Amino acid sequence: MKHEHAKTATQNACKLCNPLGACLAFRGIENCVPFLHGSQGCATYIRRYLISHYKEPIDIASSNFHEETAVFGGSHNLKIGLKNVSDQYKPDVIGVATTCLSETIGDDVPMILREYKKEFKNGSPMPILIHASTPSYQGSHIDGFHAAVHASVKALAEKMPQQRLINLFPNMVSPADMRYLKEILEDFGVPYMMLPDYSQTMDGGPWGEYHRIPPGGTPASAIATAASATASIEFGSTIEASKSAAGYLDMMFGVPAWHLPLPIGIKGSDKFFSLLETLTGENRAEKYEDERRRLVDAYADGHKYVFDKRVIIYGEEDLVIGMTAFLREIGMVPVLCASGGKSGVLKKRIEELVPDVDELGIKVREGVDFVDIEDEAKILQPDFLIGNSKGYTMSRKNSIPLLRLGFPIHDRFGGQRMHHLGYRGTQELFDRIVNTVIEQRQNASSIGYTYM
Amino acid sequence: MEQIGILEGRERQVLEKNSGVAQADIACDTSSLSGSVSQRACVFCGSRVVLYPVADAIHLVHGPIGCAAYTWDIRGAVSSGPELHRLSFSTDLQEMDVIYGGEKKLYKSLIELIEQYKPKAAFIYSTCIVGLIGDDIEAVCKKVARETGIPVLPVHSEGFKGTKKDGYKAACHTLMKLIGTGSTEDISKYSINILGEFNLAGEAWIIRQYYEKMGIEVVATLTGDGRIDAVRRAHGATLNVVQCSGSMTWLAKEMEEKYGIPYIRVSYFGIEDMSKSLYDVAVKFPDRPDIMEAAKQIVSEEVKTLYPSLQKFKKALTGKKAAIYVGGAFKTFSLIKALRSIGMSVVLAGSQTGNQDDYARLKEMCDEGTVIVDDSNPVELSKFILEKGADLLIGGVKERPIAFKLGIGFCDHNHERKIPLAGFIGMYNFALEVYQSVMSPVWQFAPRKGGTL
Repeated sequence: MKHEHAKTATQNACKLCNPLGACLAFRGIENCVPFLHGSQGCATYIRRYLISHYKEPIDIASSNFHEETAVFGGSHNLKIGLKNVSDQYKPDVIGVATTCLSETIGDDVPMILREYKKEFKNGSPMPILIHASTPSYQGSHIDGFHAAVHASVKALAEKMPQQRLINLFPNMVSPADMRYLKEILEDFGVPYMMLPDYSQTMDGGPWGEYHRIPPGGTPASAIATAASATASIEFGSTIEASKSAAGYLDMMFGVPAWHLPLPIGIKGSDKFFSLLETLTGENRAEKYEDERRRLVDAYADGHKYVFDKRVIIYGEEDLVIGMTAFLREIGMVPVLCASGGKSGVLKKRIEELVPDVDELGIKVREGVDFVDIEDEAKILQPDFLIGNSKGYTMSRKNSIPLLRLGFPIHDRFGGQRMHHLGYRGTQELFDRIVNTVIEQRQNASSIGYTYM
Repeated sequence: MEQIGILEGRERQVLEKNSGVAQADIACDTSSLSGSVSQRACVFCGSRVVLYPVADAIHLVHGPIGCAAYTWDIRGAVSSGPELHRLSFSTDLQEMDVIYGGEKKLYKSLIELIEQYKPKAAFIYSTCIVGLIGDDIEAVCKKVARETGIPVLPVHSEGFKGTKKDGYKAACHTLMKLIGTGSTEDISKYSINILGEFNLAGEAWIIRQYYEKMGIEVVATLTGDGRIDAVRRAHGATLNVVQCSGSMTWLAKEMEEKYGIPYIRVSYFGIEDMSKSLYDVAVKFPDRPDIMEAAKQIVSEEVKTLYPSLQKFKKALTGKKAAIYVGGAFKTFSLIKALRSIGMSVVLAGSQTGNQDDYARLKEMCDEGTVIVDDSNPVELSKFILEKGADLLIGGVKERPIAFKLGIGFCDHNHERKIPLAGFIGMYNFALEVYQSVMSPVWQFAPRKGGTL
């Protein structure tokens, strides 16, 4: 059987476009409306895509380009749009992200924003305007995410005296992960500035009345203090230097930056907790020791189910890196680590955590689509797949089970409440992985064991 | 509570029916206001919706990855055979392609994909950026068609070149190139095409069955469970039956002009409109009274079982209020009637793409005080849901969280639905879904219904 397929086109993409990530990140700023400078469709498609995962309203404004706009420039539309969003939503912040369209015609967005502020100087309200450059023909959604975080810090952080404060840039993680991270920082008793924080805006409660913008998110005033922090922690090891918010604060304001891989697994979580202990001078709360002990105990209880199980892991590069380290510490073999992202350093970063990648025969591939992954799966014959919902097509076609995590989860319930990080997230992942194996065994057995 | 206003520039697109005074016509058919968070999409979306269900063609999106990624397998349009439409193909243009042009990449992509998947045809969708960099898509398509021997058809769907409606038109324009290229031999005189039926959750199969029972041949369904060969011979049908009028009336008019095929507008939602859509077809074949007899027979049999089964829902739902916000206005007419048949009234009716005639008719149908909106947005929809005290919202994915946040029921009447809502069985499913959502005990915890915040 031939496993070759058409290589030029991207088939069943394992990535999304740049502006999506920016919209999500802007959603993590308090009272902020994401605004796409481009066609109406970009905003609508991205809203639909995000809603299907988060089950929350997400209003994204659009400057709604027309033919004349494309010919004469988007300045007029952008200004009207900003005015309308200001009137209708009364936001504190508007996060403007560009699209392939506005980037290609060469709109000078910073200049337009300056003009807007001048023209509407006396008009109230005047929200803070943040601009992230996110052309869809570059990178993928994760680049847009980091670009928006970086742009927000760049726009808002002000020089002020140092204070006891930690910045945390958590990367594109779930609202549940964000809540857990905040809990950890609170338990350390250290003031923090986490950006973005869509733990509430993308997973909030019911409304008694209409909210123009759902409550929650990091206030602009808090982002302004980022330059006064004693340190920044940034999760992610493939973030381009020019898009690293922690890197920016380090370079411009001398705030020391700590870059950690996503803390998944015991070793990854240990590193994160140790760093917090070093930075705060405090010991972790007893409850985290408990979480860790339970996790170690669970590893012991479940180790035989998972040892030498072969899996394919795919998704954003940083998620893949964090997961790979975790899978190795429980004895599983990620036979393929794949991403639609293309940082150029995926393999290198994995090797830093898993030095024996090559000896284990672990394949690492960047810039792939789901047909590439499927071709590999046919040869590698993994026990199951780990990644977002979009792998379901190949999972079903090739009868390989899929364990869902990350984003998007479009075909299961509760993706926004799924944990991935720290001892708690690792525990949840470990339980789910073991159960996947048990279920497979139970289903495959003709006996119908009731104890597994 | 704080008053929510309507944006300046949108006042004329909103109207509250009041027969006591002279009211100006609603403004519509305009492009969306910048910054208004329209629920509409773009030209590309319009084209993609119409052609999506053609299952034996490849659908290649020429542009950066987003447009293809967000439309990968998102619709419930099912196929009885090939499923090429459920795959996502993109030229995934990168910065260098934008600078130097994407023609070569497009050509190579097409040749490879056609070699691998052996489709009956290929549709190439232009996205925003293609309209800027000036790729000669027509030339590439012609070349590939020549080399591969299959129709390779450009769809001029650059996102910014109009509204979703222009996308419908671009797709119809592409379909017109296929229609008329197949043999019409053996097509019965008593035949129709069904236009604007996308076979969501197998709805086209349900409808087709009714017509076939009446002794009518369905030549092509455009485009539900669509096949290129069927599209090619669609000009052999005697009558065009247009279901989603917003997307396909243009095609019907073109076919009337070019092939002399008359068309009628129908709707398959609700008992009344479903029955009418069978009768309206039957009257077009007066020399065969048995067709009308069969239609009556179907309606009578279906209603006999359906009607009693709806009573339980009607009893529970009587007096409840609904808000409707959907893509095409024609659907709202049917929904108003369908809701009335289960005891519900409509307090808000709106659409993304209705025209002047649609809104005039809508106003005529609606009760006093009903709000009618064109191209609305989340803020307005929420405002009216609250002001009018709606118990249910009918819409699509983007409207769903508005309903749930405000603690009211929701019925998905968009392309993602997995349950057939067309046909007589569809009416039962619709009533059941409305009942299950509106009557759920979970709303007791919603702050607006007495739950704590």
